[in-house]
Amino acid sequence: MSEILIIAEHAGGKLNPATAKCVTAASSIAGAKMTIAVFAADGAAVAAQAAKLAGVAKVITVDNAANQHALAAVIAPQVAALAKSYTHVFGPSTTFGKDLMPRVAALLDAPQLSDVMVIESATRFVRPTYASNAITTVEVDAGTQVVATIRSASFTATPEGSSTAPIESATPSAALPSHTRFVGLAAAKSDRPDLQTAARVISGGRALGSADAFKIIYSLAEQLGAGVGASRAAVDAGYAPNDMQVGQTGKTVAPDLYIACGISGAIQHLTGIKDARTIVAINKDPEAPIFEVADFGLVGDLFTIVPELEKQIAATK
Amino acid sequence: MKRILVGIKRVVDYNVRIRVKPDGSGVMLDGVKMSINPFDEIALEEALRIKERGQAEEIVVVTMGPTDCQQQLRTALAMGADRALHIVTTEALEPLTGAKLLHKIVEREQPFLVILGKQSIDGDNSQTGQMLAQLWDRPQATFASKVELTDSSAKVTREVDAGLETLEVDLPAVITVDLRLNEPRYVKLPDIMKAKKKPLESLPVADLGVETKTRIKVLKTEPPAARQKGKMVKDVTELVEALRQKGLV
Ligand SMILES: Cc1cc2nc3c(=O)[nH]c(=O)nc-3n(C[C@H](O)[C@H](O)[C@H](O)COP(=O)(O)OP(=O)(O)OC[C@H]3O[C@@H](n4cnc5c(N)ncnc54)[C@H](O)[C@@H]3O)c2cc1C
Repeated sequence: MSEILIIAEHAGGKLNPATAKCVTAASSIAGAKMTIAVFAADGAAVAAQAAKLAGVAKVITVDNAANQHALAAVIAPQVAALAKSYTHVFGPSTTFGKDLMPRVAALLDAPQLSDVMVIESATRFVRPTYASNAITTVEVDAGTQVVATIRSASFTATPEGSSTAPIESATPSAALPSHTRFVGLAAAKSDRPDLQTAARVISGGRALGSADAFKIIYSLAEQLGAGVGASRAAVDAGYAPNDMQVGQTGKTVAPDLYIACGISGAIQHLTGIKDARTIVAINKDPEAPIFEVADFGLVGDLFTIVPELEKQIAATK
Repeated sequence: MKRILVGIKRVVDYNVRIRVKPDGSGVMLDGVKMSINPFDEIALEEALRIKERGQAEEIVVVTMGPTDCQQQLRTALAMGADRALHIVTTEALEPLTGAKLLHKIVEREQPFLVILGKQSIDGDNSQTGQMLAQLWDRPQATFASKVELTDSSAKVTREVDAGLETLEVDLPAVITVDLRLNEPRYVKLPDIMKAKKKPLESLPVADLGVETKTRIKVLKTEPPAARQKGKMVKDVTELVEALRQKGLV
C-alpha cells in the first residue's frame, strides 16, 4: 500500500492551497494513505485546517521555534526523519517546495520528480520538461521511495471532507543546523486575488513601458476581480515586482480567463499559462506568437483597448 | 586559495523551439544549437564579479556529460573562469547522481562557495544545488537575486512566491541563481583565443566512485496537448460579447 507524506506549506497560520492540491495528486494513487506534516513554531491552526481536507488519514505537527521561517536546511532533516516509513513524500512545486524537497531526497537517497502533473500509478508519473514543450512519462521500480513536487496548476484543491483527521504531534530526532538565518521578507501587499489560485488573471508585458502605466492593468483587474501577472521583461524592467512573474521560471497559473496585454508570447511565458481555460491576447503586432495560443485575439494599442475593455465590462454589469 | 566552483550545463539554446521525436523516444537534438544553460551563465558572471571585487582568487567551472560539453567549458573559460573540469559520461544523469558527482568535486576542490543555476532549461528539475548542499551538509540560498559576501557569511536575497526573502548563510555554502541577479558579459574574440590555453581537466565518471545507474526511467516523451485554434476579434465590443457568451465577464 502507498503511504504518502505531504509536507504542508503555510504562512501566517494559513494553509497554502497548494497543499490541498498535493492531496488531490496523492489521492490519484489507488488506496493511498495520506498524512500531512506541518512544520511550524506553533502549527495548531494550520493542522486544524489540514485535518479537514477530504481523505486525509492523519496530520502530524512538528512544533519547534526553529521551524518559524521554513528554512530548507532546518526542515529537511526533520522531514527525512519522519519520512522513513513512507513510500512517497510530496511537497508543492512552489518556491517553498522546490527549495526543500531536493534536500529531503538527498537525505533519503531517493529520486525526486519535479513538477508532477499527472500521477498514473504509485510508480508512474507525468512531468513537463523543456518549458513544457516535452511532456515525459516516467517510471520508478516498485519499492523505490519517491520524492516529488506537485505542479499546482495541474490539480484542483481537495475540498473539506465530512470527517476530521486525527492530529498528532511528533518530535523527530534530527540535528538542526544553525548555519542558515532568516533576515527578512519583503512581501508585496495587495488585496488582489492570489495569482496562482485566481479565476481570472490579467498580465502586462514590456509594452507597458513603466510601473506607472501598469495602473491600467490593475484597474481592469479590479473591475474583474482578477489577479495581476507580468512577463519577465516587465519584471526585469521594474514595472512589476518579481512575485508577479508568470512563466517557466516564474509562476504557473491556471485561471478560467487569462488576458495578456502587450506580451509577445515567448515559449518561456507560454509554459506558465498553458493551463488557462481561455486566453485573450491584446497586442499591436498581428504576427505576435501569443496569437497562436489565444482563444481570442485583438490587434491594437493596449493603451486604448485596456481602458475601453474596462469600461465595456463595467457596462455589462 | 579562495575558490568558487560554478556548475555549467550544456543545453538546447533557449531560443530554439524544440521538437519531440515522432516515436516518443525524446527530443530532437541533431543539429540543434546548444549553449550554456542561461542560469549557469548568470552563476558564472556572479562568481567573476566576486573575484573582480577581490573576494575570491580562483573560479573553477565544472560540467558533466559527453565530449561536446567542452565547448561550453571553453566558453566559460573565455568569459573568465580560470580552470575547467569535465566529468566525462555519455549516460543521462539524474539530478541526485549529478549532485553526488559535484560533491566529489567539492571535496577535492574545497571551494568556499558553489554557485549553480536555479534550474536547467531542459530538465527543469531545480534539484541539483539543493541536493549538493545537503550532501555537503552546508547551507543553501536558492533563487538568488542579490548576493553580498563577508569573510564568513553571505547575505542573499531570494525570489520567492511571496516576494523577496533575505537569508544569511555561513560559508561555505551553495547559492543557486535566478534571472535578475546580473546580466552576463559577452565573450570577446581575444578571450576565446586565450581560453584555449587555460587548463581543462577530464575526469572519467567511473573514477569518481559514484553509482550512476538511473532509477527514473523515461517511458515516453510527447508534445504538449495543442490548444484549439482561436479567433481574432475586430474590436473590444466583439471581445466583450465573446467573453460574455462564455460566462467569463
Ligand atoms: C532562461 C529564461 C527564462 C525565462 N523565463 C521567463 C518567464 O518565466 N516568464 C516570462 O514572461 N519570460 C521569461 N523569459 C523571457 C522570455 O524569453 C521573453 O523575453 C519575455 O517573456 C518577453 O516579455 P514581453 O512579452 O513582455 O516582451 P516583448 O517580447 O518585448 O514583447 C512586447 C510585446 O508588446 C507588444 N506591444 C508593444 N507596444 C504595444 C502596445 N502599445 N499595445 C499592444 N501591444 C504592444 C509588442 O508587439 C510585443 O509583442 C525567460 C527567458 C529565459 C532565457
